[in-house]
Amino acid sequence: MLPVLAGFVEELRRSGLPVSLTEHLDAATALAQVPLDDRDVFKGALAATLVKDSSHLPVFDTVFDVWFSLAGVEDPDAGEHQDDDDGTLAELLERALAEGGDELLQELARRAVRRHAGLERGGRMGLSYHHYRTLRHLDLEGTVGRLVERAGSQAGGEWEPLQERLHREELERRGERLRREIDAELRRRLVADRGAAEVARALRRPLPEDVDFMHATRDELAQLRRSLQPLARRLAVRLARKRRHRRGALDFRATVRRSLGSGGVPVEPRFRHRRPAKPEIFVVADISGSVAAFARFTLALVHAISSQFSRVRSFVFIDGLDEVTPFFSGEDDVDVAIRRVNTEADVVWAEGHSDYGMALEAFWDRFGDEVSGRATVLVLGDARTNYHEPRSWVMRELGHRARHLYWLNPEPSAYWDSGDSVMSDYGIHCDGVYECRNLRQLERFVERLAA
Amino acid sequence: MGHRFPSIDAVRDGLADVAYLTDDATAGVVYLADRLAKPVLVEGPAGTGKTQLAKSVAELMGSRLIRLQCYEGLDESKALYEWNYKKQLLRIQAERAADWDDIEHDIFSEDFLLSRPLLEAIRSTEPVVLLIDEIDRVEVETEALLLEVLSDYQVSIPELGTVTSSTVPLVFLTSNNTRELSEALKRRCLYLHLDYPDVEREQRIVLSKVEGVSEHLAAEIGRIVRSLRGLDLKKPPSVSETLDWARTLVLLNIETVDAEQAVDTLHILLKYRSDIAKATKALSGSGVS
Repeated sequence: MLPVLAGFVEELRRSGLPVSLTEHLDAATALAQVPLDDRDVFKGALAATLVKDSSHLPVFDTVFDVWFSLAGVEDPDAGEHQDDDDGTLAELLERALAEGGDELLQELARRAVRRHAGLERGGRMGLSYHHYRTLRHLDLEGTVGRLVERAGSQAGGEWEPLQERLHREELERRGERLRREIDAELRRRLVADRGAAEVARALRRPLPEDVDFMHATRDELAQLRRSLQPLARRLAVRLARKRRHRRGALDFRATVRRSLGSGGVPVEPRFRHRRPAKPEIFVVADISGSVAAFARFTLALVHAISSQFSRVRSFVFIDGLDEVTPFFSGEDDVDVAIRRVNTEADVVWAEGHSDYGMALEAFWDRFGDEVSGRATVLVLGDARTNYHEPRSWVMRELGHRARHLYWLNPEPSAYWDSGDSVMSDYGIHCDGVYECRNLRQLERFVERLAA
Repeated sequence: MGHRFPSIDAVRDGLADVAYLTDDATAGVVYLADRLAKPVLVEGPAGTGKTQLAKSVAELMGSRLIRLQCYEGLDESKALYEWNYKKQLLRIQAERAADWDDIEHDIFSEDFLLSRPLLEAIRSTEPVVLLIDEIDRVEVETEALLLEVLSDYQVSIPELGTVTSSTVPLVFLTSNNTRELSEALKRRCLYLHLDYPDVEREQRIVLSKVEGVSEHLAAEIGRIVRSLRGLDLKKPPSVSETLDWARTLVLLNIETVDAEQAVDTLHILLKYRSDIAKATKALSGSGVS
């Protein structure tokens, strides 16, 4: 068991999970305490000792399924159901969705994978390819729709939209489970064919905090957005704490009053509390196509922090600049606000390619006077000017006037100053320029902000 | 040292007996916490029963629950121990003539020590459950205070020496994940992520906690609440809000929830105006999502 565990831990580390030696030992101790014949218990013991972050659980699940897959339990190509055709599978799918039993779903996954996945010995295609192939033949969505309709007509006239919605969701959940079963079945077969280490390597995905903003898939972006709220709160707390000293001056009156309890001896000196000055934040974000994903993310972040400060003003630009603060202040729903920013903000003045110089100058002309010594200015963008005039004097002036001026760039720092990027022209005027490609880096920026 | 629980099933069934319905994963972690003598770090969205888990385990074992509520600014003197200055001062003044060495020895004895929750849990002679609630509210620096307690179950007091526990307390730390906890802390704990229960379990929770609710209504409640949680709301309904809603429906004598009734009572489940608007649209909408 122990060598297997060591290999498993090694694979977790390669996937990016920070598993320490202590945790490895804990896992080994834990395994000695639980019955090993129960797969769920076994998995639970490993999860409790090795994974300390809920966002890492999906990665853990995948590695676990690969490493401890039920390979070799049966010969995949033996047995009955050799003569499945599309009709029997479609029938089985309907039955499985309508009844939703685990066994039925598993059986369906097994048979569908055998018939449709196109797995062959020594093949090189990835799991998602086979997954897609299997599902393409099953017509999952169509079947769900048909089942909902049929249930509706059976119920007659009293079938409410709410009932229909609930019914549809139940079926979709079963469909989701079927997808997972198909994945598990594919994994099992791939492991049997190629070996666990190979499959694990092929399935390695970045952890949520390492996902690149500029190349994130839709699912990944959704996951990032969920991680945003806590991050924004941390940002707010650290910014505020930075300017708060632990104690103010001695409060003489309070100290004397306090000392009466101890016979006039001032045992506990009292200090005045300083009211932390709430920072004003100006966020100036590029929302052009090249950094659109980063922009969406940063706008969500802007919104999330705007509830934490007394005053947050947000500005977006492409080649023109517009203030979007009101979109966020009147709107609780971040998606709606972002949609309004995308559709209503007047940010395209000339050609629709980002022009940092023009946008910054517009910012300076229209709002520069309002940036006070208490303001922290964050500029978000890749500093690619499309060969327009950078007008970096604006950054110099901003740097003088604002308390802090930071630049967050979603590009790898190796690409800065290449081509039309003028990062260092702007950067020398900033208190700091940070590469912000993923959540981890954004978090580190937050950390530095506090130091 | 004897173990508290014979098996994982015993934990799960025992918790069910004190009306805390849980799954095998949670029961497994509690069981391991006892076997490995390690604290449990419980994370998850608000209102999924993190604090209640500790309370229920205490109830199950019939032991005392010592609770440390964390907040920003919590320090040693509130979490671990504090010397009772005033009493020390009185002691010094009461016997001005006495030998200083005696006095010093005297005033730094246990009589002058004020136990705070952590020290209290360590000093307790009978087994206790220690609940450190909302650990994410304290600063990173304060977290370090806990490390000695959590890994060695002891507290070092410079003037007095080290206080070691005679019985290992079962420790639960809860966190709403508003901040990343330090690696050092996480390493010392078992990790449990408590998510919203699935429909079947929520249905059983409603059935066991709400009087007069029918099985049909409980099932319906479970499905509607799941539907709402799928909506990407600011604050999805918690289990306790589900229970409140179930009680309301029972009071209103509703047996089958239709869209209108659901929308009318949404304010019990959801606390943000924008959430309610979104949910209203989803529940009474055409249903073709």
